[in-house]
Amino acid sequence: MEVKYAKTKGLTDKPLTYCPGCTHGIVHKLVAEALDELGLLGEAVGIASVGCSVFSYEFFNCDMQQAPHGRACAEATGIKRVRPDLTVFTYQGDGDLASIGIAETIHAANRGENITVIFINNAIYGMTGGQMAPTTLIGQRTTTSQGGRTLAQHGNPIKISEIFAQIEGVAYLERVATFNPKQVLNAKKAIKKAFTYQKEKRGFTMIEVLSTCPVNWGMTPIDALEWVKTSMTPIYPLGLFKDKGDFHE
Amino acid sequence: MGRILMKGNEAIAVAAIRGGIDAFFGYPITPQNEIPEYLSKHLLANGKAFVQAESEVAAINMVYGAAGAGARVMTSSSSPGIALKQEGISYLCGAQLPAVIVSVMRGGPGLGGIQPSQADYYQATRGGGNGDYNLIVFGPETIQETVDIMKEAFAIADQYRNPVLVLVDGLIGQMMESIDLDRPVKERNLPPKDYATTGTRNHPGRHIINSLYLDPLELENHNKKLQQKYALVKAQETRYETVDLEDADYVIVAYGTMARIVRSAMETLKKLGIKVGMIRPITIWPYPEAAFDLIKADCKGILCTEMSAGQMLDDVLIANNGRHKVAFYGRMGGMVPDPEEIVAAIKNFSDWVVK
Repeated sequence: MEVKYAKTKGLTDKPLTYCPGCTHGIVHKLVAEALDELGLLGEAVGIASVGCSVFSYEFFNCDMQQAPHGRACAEATGIKRVRPDLTVFTYQGDGDLASIGIAETIHAANRGENITVIFINNAIYGMTGGQMAPTTLIGQRTTTSQGGRTLAQHGNPIKISEIFAQIEGVAYLERVATFNPKQVLNAKKAIKKAFTYQKEKRGFTMIEVLSTCPVNWGMTPIDALEWVKTSMTPIYPLGLFKDKGDFHE
Repeated sequence: MGRILMKGNEAIAVAAIRGGIDAFFGYPITPQNEIPEYLSKHLLANGKAFVQAESEVAAINMVYGAAGAGARVMTSSSSPGIALKQEGISYLCGAQLPAVIVSVMRGGPGLGGIQPSQADYYQATRGGGNGDYNLIVFGPETIQETVDIMKEAFAIADQYRNPVLVLVDGLIGQMMESIDLDRPVKERNLPPKDYATTGTRNHPGRHIINSLYLDPLELENHNKKLQQKYALVKAQETRYETVDLEDADYVIVAYGTMARIVRSAMETLKKLGIKVGMIRPITIWPYPEAAFDLIKADCKGILCTEMSAGQMLDDVLIANNGRHKVAFYGRMGGMVPDPEEIVAAIKNFSDWVVK
């Protein structure tokens, strides 16, 4: 019998711990498939960050390190500098990357560290119960912005891809989403390209993935996907932000 | 090669190379800058890794990443910078990763000053990171001893899968002394790095570097393993020197730079007919409590001296366990005591007794 579809070798058999309707699971699958299809699983080292994806070291079927909150890009730098032969990636949420870890991330990018960052932007702190993130939208209600985020009180949502696009060391940067099958396929293409660029030693690569948090947004999974499309993409437009073809070493 | 004259910080860097360093990650801070300066040139020229990180926080996490990948990794800093590294140090201990950390102490608290101090004894031995952990901490007295320890430090860290902290002060970092770089280092039977994340194609199974255990029983069992390791370190690595201890009427306890000053004070005290001895901890964690059993029963007292308000004093009181009178004399803020001050403290011992 011909196998049409099978679970990727890039994921372990451990059941995912994510909430129903959360798109972490889809992104995990895309990263895992990309590594497997590119033949990189055996040389991959992933960095699990702090947040909902803290247990990603149990899910990705490769060597993993668990990093302190925000420090994933520093860990990745340490690994890559002593083992440039390995494929090194971080998997970080918006609190981890855009708030507490922005210094580590921006300097890893500026050094042109030859690593891949998978940045999950769901505009909220999920693991700790729905607090405001630096990426929370204006007007969005969270447990620490109960009347909705305001410009006067909290400032604007931070646009990571727009900021990082200006950095010379960034070789490839794209913002993608997972709210429909077309976007999922496009996200996978982008993730594969990022790992390919790393293999070709082109420099820092980052894929920002707009993701959902139905539980903390107080929405059904379907409504959450729709909210990404209608509310998030106007603030965080999808698309290619940087593609630097030349080699970096 | 014979003896050469070297500045302390540069000697630390050279000794790290002799010890097999693969990578250095650090951030500038006085008075330890010659360490990264020297290593930036020599590591990159020899195909090793060097990164000037964006912060001490980033540097210690680069150490974590590289150590987790199986490399011999080092960072160095000074007091406020070591404070920033505490988070990463706790994670290194939790994930059982080897690393060498050099702390060149300056006066505090806060930004403090840049003159030599020993006010980070608590920081080194009690830690500022979270959880039940210990570093293996050396407090060498001379540049030669610092070099000898640095050459061995990576192997000690590898043997126990635990960070080693070499604690010196700005005086040892900045002064020059004649050293022999070729003194033999103890051979150690090191375990294989069967935890390193080098890719699953290079080893059976998956390797995971982690300090997270959500199940409290699992976390307690992890802690029990760490405590067993620390007990082994205590049994196998505690080091100290005693000087004229057996018939000493007064015993002075000092480590690092203070021990140098005490040696000069002891010469004066002997000329005055006072029988004085010294206990010099070389490891300050584990603390050489056994040395205090060598003090004679009718000893008139123990003087703890430090360039601090009295931090090692806690360990002296624990080790003494109420047997003898204990006095403390210290200077703070980067002030380095003259030997005459130690002489006076012994002569007026009762004035300095700790209540």
